[in-house]
Amino acid sequence: MTWTRKDLLDLQSLSPEEIITILDTARVFKDIGARPRKVMPALRGKTVVNLFVEPSTRTRISFELAALRLAADVINFTAEASSLRKGETLKDTARNLEALNADFIVIRHSAAGAPHFLSRVLKAHVINAGDGAHEHPTQGLLDVFTMLEEKKRIAGLRVTILGDILYSRVARSNIWALLKLGAHVTLCGPPTLVPRTFEELGCRVTHDLETAIKDADVINLLRIQHERQRKTMFPGLGEYTSLFGINRARLKSAPPDVLIMHPGPINRGVEVDSEVADGSQSVILKQVTNGLAVRMAILYLVNGGKLPQELIETDAGRASDALNSQQTTSTAE
Amino acid sequence: MSTINEKKRVLLDATAIANILQHMAKELAKKNHPGTDVVLVGIQTGGVQLAHRLAEQLGKLWGRTVPVGQLDISMYRDDLDHRFAPKVHPTDILFDVSDKTVVLVDDVFFSGRTTRAALDALAELGRPKRVQLAVLIDRGHRELPIRPDFVGQTIDTAPGDRVDVQLPDNPQECKVVLEKSAE
Repeated sequence: MTWTRKDLLDLQSLSPEEIITILDTARVFKDIGARPRKVMPALRGKTVVNLFVEPSTRTRISFELAALRLAADVINFTAEASSLRKGETLKDTARNLEALNADFIVIRHSAAGAPHFLSRVLKAHVINAGDGAHEHPTQGLLDVFTMLEEKKRIAGLRVTILGDILYSRVARSNIWALLKLGAHVTLCGPPTLVPRTFEELGCRVTHDLETAIKDADVINLLRIQHERQRKTMFPGLGEYTSLFGINRARLKSAPPDVLIMHPGPINRGVEVDSEVADGSQSVILKQVTNGLAVRMAILYLVNGGKLPQELIETDAGRASDALNSQQTTSTAE
Repeated sequence: MSTINEKKRVLLDATAIANILQHMAKELAKKNHPGTDVVLVGIQTGGVQLAHRLAEQLGKLWGRTVPVGQLDISMYRDDLDHRFAPKVHPTDILFDVSDKTVVLVDDVFFSGRTTRAALDALAELGRPKRVQLAVLIDRGHRELPIRPDFVGQTIDTAPGDRVDVQLPDNPQECKVVLEKSAE
């Protein structure tokens, strides 16, 4: 189907067909990444601003590289060295970036809903790179992309997400994408971090590791986020590792072809030990490669997305032509 | 020529297309001597099936396999800011295009903008010795100084008309349909 959205804010609001469009597009971009010449001019002349109000290395680098591969210019903006430190509001910061003709704003923020807020006040395309504990849509997409690539299907796949579900935006984006595409999702971790309320979304909740992994096709391990943990909610690293840490012995309860995934950065010896993280079932580094392809796909797709008034005023004819041409076999040029 | 309804008209049926392809292959064989490194590259999506059909004919004339690739030009279009993002398809060219005679193949030649984009896309993959363009239908209304080297059939159209080239796997079901714009 044709992608029409101006922004990527979350996965909850996407249709299964929209998610599949992203995955199909990412598939092609992944092939491009294997070529000697990797840059395509789709976003030539465009400016992408990475507005990272919360620290991040791999997501920012991945977005930066994705933008460069599409020939866009990139500006990185981090909270430590910015006017946000001087008390400027997010809205003012973003409007200033737009006044410099930024075309895309990739935002990471500790407040859930910050990208949604920006999308309402800016004409630029807004991409959510993680907002509080709400969503991390590109991580959810790259995880599903990796599962699809490795297991050849999502519908009917049994995926166990293990760790701090309550505070995890990665978990939420995974849950939305997986459920929409027909996977069976099991959530596991300490009861304080994996409340039963998640059952209302259609997930299975268990606090017993063996139950969670014994028939799993995929185990997606979440990072224990020391920096976010509230001491009252978390049992302590030692207790967590002894109950929920994944090691070779414990993995014997899972099917032999179970896929081990982790969004990184890994706390080796906490949620997973090195033998498993670096083992043959681990696709952790493939996730990184796939993340680049997914982010290129997102930039490419939202670039064509229009504001509602743009569709009405200026682009209605051509936009509807684009819709039509997707449906017929060939109209040529 | 049969009529589907008042607006849609079948311009070419399966037999006509087969004859045209045979003729185009002969032209290609005549202009490119056997032994020269000729490869066919179909432009996604309409040119891909056509490139395979042409390569088959050319292969018969030369008695050897003619390599075929497929090229996606979405990233190189000049209208990406004015439309929804077009669906991207795989570029699949399993040979080096450098120093080859690359025949770009498309179903319909219209504005010439797809060909322009294809030339840019091709340049990323290597430096061909020469590039030629083969199209099944030239429907007129060029907007760029680009012209096909091999044309199956030239037809008169209004800019708003649609030319629909259908080349399914079964050659008997192939046809070209002209749909007049509603005026």
